[in-house]
Amino acid sequence: MTSPTQTNIVLRAADVWKSYDDGAITVLNGVNFEAIEGQTVALTGPSGCGKSTLLHLLGGLDEPDRGRISVNSVELNQHRSRLHLLRHEIGFVFQMHNLIPDLTLEENCLIPTVAAGVDRHTARARLKQLTDRTGLSHRLNNRIQKLSGGERQRTALCRALMNSPRILLADEPTGSLDEKTSATVFQLLLDIAATEGVTLVMATHDRSLAQRCDRLVEMHDGRIHEPQPL
Amino acid sequence: MIFLKLIFTNLLRHRIRSVISIAGIAFSVAAMLTIVTILQGAVGMFSGILSSDSQIIVFERNVSDLFFSDVPASAVADIASWPIVQHADPVLFGIVSSSDHPIITCFGITESDARLRKATWIGGARSDFGKQTDGVVLGERAAEFLHSSIGSHVAIGHGTFHVIGIIKTANGFEDGGVFMPLKSAQAFFHKEGSSSVITVKLHDKNDATKFKAMVKAKFPTLVALEDQEFTRSYSQFKILKATAWAVGGCGLLLGGLGVANTMIMSVFTRIREIAILRVSGFSNLQIAGMIFGESALVSVIGAITGLLIGAGFLLVLKLVPALHGYVDVSIQAVVVLIVIVLALLTGVAGALYPAIYAMRVRPVEALRFE
Repeated sequence: MTSPTQTNIVLRAADVWKSYDDGAITVLNGVNFEAIEGQTVALTGPSGCGKSTLLHLLGGLDEPDRGRISVNSVELNQHRSRLHLLRHEIGFVFQMHNLIPDLTLEENCLIPTVAAGVDRHTARARLKQLTDRTGLSHRLNNRIQKLSGGERQRTALCRALMNSPRILLADEPTGSLDEKTSATVFQLLLDIAATEGVTLVMATHDRSLAQRCDRLVEMHDGRIHEPQPL
Repeated sequence: MIFLKLIFTNLLRHRIRSVISIAGIAFSVAAMLTIVTILQGAVGMFSGILSSDSQIIVFERNVSDLFFSDVPASAVADIASWPIVQHADPVLFGIVSSSDHPIITCFGITESDARLRKATWIGGARSDFGKQTDGVVLGERAAEFLHSSIGSHVAIGHGTFHVIGIIKTANGFEDGGVFMPLKSAQAFFHKEGSSSVITVKLHDKNDATKFKAMVKAKFPTLVALEDQEFTRSYSQFKILKATAWAVGGCGLLLGGLGVANTMIMSVFTRIREIAILRVSGFSNLQIAGMIFGESALVSVIGAITGLLIGAGFLLVLKLVPALHGYVDVSIQAVVVLIVIVLALLTGVAGALYPAIYAMRVRPVEALRFE
């Protein structure tokens, strides 16, 4: 395992607490977490242990009750804009693909480039690169309904990577896929993360898949237990 | 393109809802266009009666309705004698009824009045006007609905009159009116020695200001207004126009509520989609732009459809024989513009709450339960 230094830690959660329903449900109990540049990290643990919540907090989709979240050494509340984070620095992949069904694969993938105001030529070049890489280039004009589960999740992966974020947060990205497709998509995630130099933090129930990451972090009752170096 | 497609896609996704919304705006716009155009036409026609071969109208100061205006005959004679005046025609307005028609407009005029001079005489001769106290001239439409012809007698109000002429005029009110000799009208309406207005033509229209000052100095109870001035300031016209816009506005308000309902449903049914757009980097402005874009599209399509429906309806009205000449259906460009702008504003206002709601969607909450 690479030893983390101040300079290459891209994600950090320091003593992060989070609860819902006015404190009735505590989800995170003082979580400390770090991910270094280019690392693939699997967050595992039972349902409700706080994996998704931690991912949401790391990605700036939610705010902790207490504690600090830093992305690229900048605290989230000091970050110039969460919008900038979502547009350029962080990509999300969810268990359900969360694609817009009435749009084509191509149009779904281009959404982040529209949000970020990327010029059409650059956006299409990036789209071609990613769809070639994920084997979807022949399905560009297909609507989402016509894609298989695996294709949909690969499309979601392309969409997350369109603006070349340095961090990819994946919440059970293979959770809704069959075993074979799941393994394929998972490997694709790891391959792309490696070739693009992306830091991947992924929540998963599947321990066998998780063990293929650089690091496996176990969560239980809103706490991170001993990170296990692999 | 994708931004536009997101807008179109959502409208197409719920076609029936979108069509109902568009129909709401369309019928509101059609109603507003029809009402405003008809009333503006009516105002225009009434102004036309007053400005027939004249530039200035003199009437009693501070009256709410010209039918209540009382201009003494002495003022008519005096004003007619002023050197800057080419001619001054007294007109007495009255409303009467017949057995079949509750409202018939009567014009008490002199034989030299421009209305008689400029009209096309279908029957009778202008020279006969005023020779008999019971001799009246009917507008072509009035002759039709009173089933009268030259020489026949017609019951109007509490009297019976002898039809000595039938004229055709371009003005619907005049075409459906009865023209009586001024003295007969004064007697009939118990307004001996007075008229409702004096319509005045000057030798030089640049003397209008001077003329108005003279009227003010000589007859403090009267007021002189140039035709356009009168049209702008006459309270009845203002009330009519305000009523037209208010009724049309209520229609648009209902249309706007329809748009609001559609947009609220549109936002509620795709919270997840909005959440995904947020996660993909869409800003509040972009989300709001999408919602406003949808409502603007509904409004524009609705406005165009409404304009077509309204124009069609006005054309049908124009073809109805009973309304011939009464309804001026020429649609003014400014009215079209105002109606479109109002429809757009209505659409935008209707999308205000849905847009605010959409901007407040928190992706983490929308996506928490997969």
